[in-house]
Amino acid sequence: MYPPKFEYYRASSVAEALALKQQHGGKFLAGGHSLIPVMNLRLADPGVVIDIGRLSGLKGISRENGTVRIGALTTHAMVAASADVPQALAEAAALIGDPQVRNRGTVGGNVSHADPASDLPTVFTALGATFHLQTAAGTRQVAAADFFTGLFETALGEDELLLAVTVPANPGGSAYKKLSNPASRYAMVGAAAVVSGSSATVAVGGLTPHARRCPSVEAAWAGGSGVEAAAAAVLNDLGDDILGDIHASADYRRQMAVVYVKRALAAAQSRAG
Amino acid sequence: MTQISVTINGKTYTKDVEPRTLLVHFLRDHLELTGTNIGCDTSQCGACTVHLDGLAVKSCATLTVQADGAAVTTIEGLASNGQLHPMQQAFWDNHGLQCGYCTPGMIMAATKLVEGRPEISDDEIRHGLEGNICRCTGYENIVRSVKAAAAQMGGGV
Ligand SMILES: Cc1cc2nc3c(=O)[nH]c(=O)nc-3n(C[C@H](O)[C@H](O)[C@H](O)COP(=O)(O)OP(=O)(O)OC[C@H]3O[C@@H](n4cnc5c(N)ncnc54)[C@H](O)[C@@H]3O)c2cc1C
Ligand code: FES
Ligand code: FES
Repeated sequence: MYPPKFEYYRASSVAEALALKQQHGGKFLAGGHSLIPVMNLRLADPGVVIDIGRLSGLKGISRENGTVRIGALTTHAMVAASADVPQALAEAAALIGDPQVRNRGTVGGNVSHADPASDLPTVFTALGATFHLQTAAGTRQVAAADFFTGLFETALGEDELLLAVTVPANPGGSAYKKLSNPASRYAMVGAAAVVSGSSATVAVGGLTPHARRCPSVEAAWAGGSGVEAAAAAVLNDLGDDILGDIHASADYRRQMAVVYVKRALAAAQSRAG
Repeated sequence: MTQISVTINGKTYTKDVEPRTLLVHFLRDHLELTGTNIGCDTSQCGACTVHLDGLAVKSCATLTVQADGAAVTTIEGLASNGQLHPMQQAFWDNHGLQCGYCTPGMIMAATKLVEGRPEISDDEIRHGLEGNICRCTGYENIVRSVKAAAAQMGGGV
């Protein structure tokens, strides 16, 4: 268990990180808790690693004008302990892996890696988060619905760095519920719901190639269906690209999506007060 | 090679390492601190858990270059003046191990878990040790050990 050889650069500013990336290519390294395991397994061999882990300006949670900004290098443990982030986000962060993983893994690394079994993409999708990206040429903002584009794929360009994610500070009642793989704790099914007045936004992940909104559930909820009926509508939102493996078949996960959407909706509703 | 300087169990080491050297290999192969074990190749078992700047981390998923400038504590650094740490003593007293392979990682994770929580519940202990897998004990005596140590430590370290 040794990662393949690579050239190592350590960035001391965002500008330097971007310049190093343009010059040498390779991969950024944040907490390393997705990149190092996949390198250990020889599933990745980037040749060059650019360590952004010491860019302290990208670490931390702040509130500004009704939004919460989560720096890319903020660890899962920090999010789980934060009273400033919407409840679904703290709840999801607290369910990631285990305490050791939460001490090293970062929000930016989690969403950039875009593992279909990750938790945060689902919550950010339901919250309608905004992703703040930077290249040497400038910055741009991408909505969650456009950021996650496929299995391990995002809108991030080759030489682009994620700086932060922003979410509404008070979106309403929010919740995240997941069916975990018993060994890794990764999500086999994850469901996030945000309930505000008579409307709800709902997303699922874990069983789909990337996190997705659930328009049928949202429409059923807005039409006055209760928790049970609205959750059952998730079956209309799931296409034929449901993931299955030795831990849980696609069919089982589809059924579990109904259960976990129901739990997320019920919890979000009770928190909406 | 990249030069790093790390303080391990109170002693500072300045060494040249290949960037791909995992912290666990640095500890075991370069410094011969073999108390930290490797139990898996998927970063799931927790046998390699050490403290990095006061936080429990998996040293098989951490590069040594990431620990440059940091303070690391391993199982070898827990006892002081020939006296076992209360968590080590509690594992001894409560039969918290069988083969002992998971034990260094369990103890390093558990010492952080109980900090500030002298009255931690069984459930909280089980949840807090999700990153540490034991193939022998069935966990009962591990939970018992951690609970006893938490009471003994009274919220301290
Ligand atoms: C045992 C174990 C269990 C886990 N369980 C879960 C779980 O239950 N749920 C879950 O969601 N996750 C889980 N994870 C993954 C964990 O959340 C990772 O920490 C996270 O996915 C990656 O974050 P990182 O900081 O470690 O990123 P890294 O591994 O450093 O980087 C991951 C990828 O993102 C890129 N990247 C990192 N930061 C940026 C940035 N700012 N801009 C652009 N690209 C960037 C890197 O180049 C790399 O390709 C688990 C991991 C382990 C080892
Ligand atoms: S050896 Fe590090 S988690 Fe198994
Ligand atoms: S005592 Fe043998 S693995 Fe835990």
